[in-house]
Amino acid sequence: MPSEPLFWQRFDICGRDFVDAGKASISIKGILREIGIHPSLIRRAAIASYEAEMNVVLYARKGTMELRVTPKDIRVMVDDEGPGISDIELAMREGYSTASDEIREMGFGAGMGLSNIKKNADDFIIRSLVGKGTTLEITFRL
Amino acid sequence: MKLEAVQRILNCQVITGHDKLDEEVGVGCGADLMSDVLAFIKPNALLLTGLTNVQSVRTAEIAEVKAIVYVRGKLPDKEAIDLAKEKGIVLLWTSLPMYESCGRLHECGLAGGSELEEGLRDAKRATLLATL
Repeated sequence: MPSEPLFWQRFDICGRDFVDAGKASISIKGILREIGIHPSLIRRAAIASYEAEMNVVLYARKGTMELRVTPKDIRVMVDDEGPGISDIELAMREGYSTASDEIREMGFGAGMGLSNIKKNADDFIIRSLVGKGTTLEITFRL
Repeated sequence: MKLEAVQRILNCQVITGHDKLDEEVGVGCGADLMSDVLAFIKPNALLLTGLTNVQSVRTAEIAEVKAIVYVRGKLPDKEAIDLAKEKGIVLLWTSLPMYESCGRLHECGLAGGSELEEGLRDAKRATLLATL
């Protein structure tokens, strides 16, 4: 049975909004710091959240990011309405990217995002439906 | 390496964080793509980049970068400077290009991420370089 969350917060993410892009992850970082999570775990969670948030901003119309902290783990769940990913295995490969020149000018689209989320997480689940969207479940054990 | 040494070696101008130049950075990272920064950078780093928008500072905040050097004479935009002031991140800029900036700092002993990972010391690095 899942543990009762000690803390829960949901953030809305707006696609193509480069002004606010990354703010939710910076909030998550602040929340985890206030809760008293170990700094190295905060850094991993912040990096994974930021990559996930930027993917929504860069590729989707909109999405939500939810932070849940339980006595056992930190969980970040991202749900977007976007184009979806047809080949997840390929998208997970380091260096593979479908980013436009505009995205690269913003400093993103290096093809490191999904693999970097996986690298920083203890558990990473990705589901995607082409034409509908993508959901991520990123878990960090405490 | 102290930030004031970075400033001297690269002939930097200080954009914000004049009061923090006596602080140290432990490692350097040069990249223009922020996902590469997030994938490879170590904590307490100096980031050298040509990306001048607010995402350079947000990435720095997320990855615990202590200071950013904007290379090739590029200046960050106002949002980036405001966020850096708020988060206490030092911003410097130099007219030197990326390769020369990284090269000069490395030559003066600022390690790269892989060297930290492998625990290489300066003497060993010098030996390796001498064999090239």
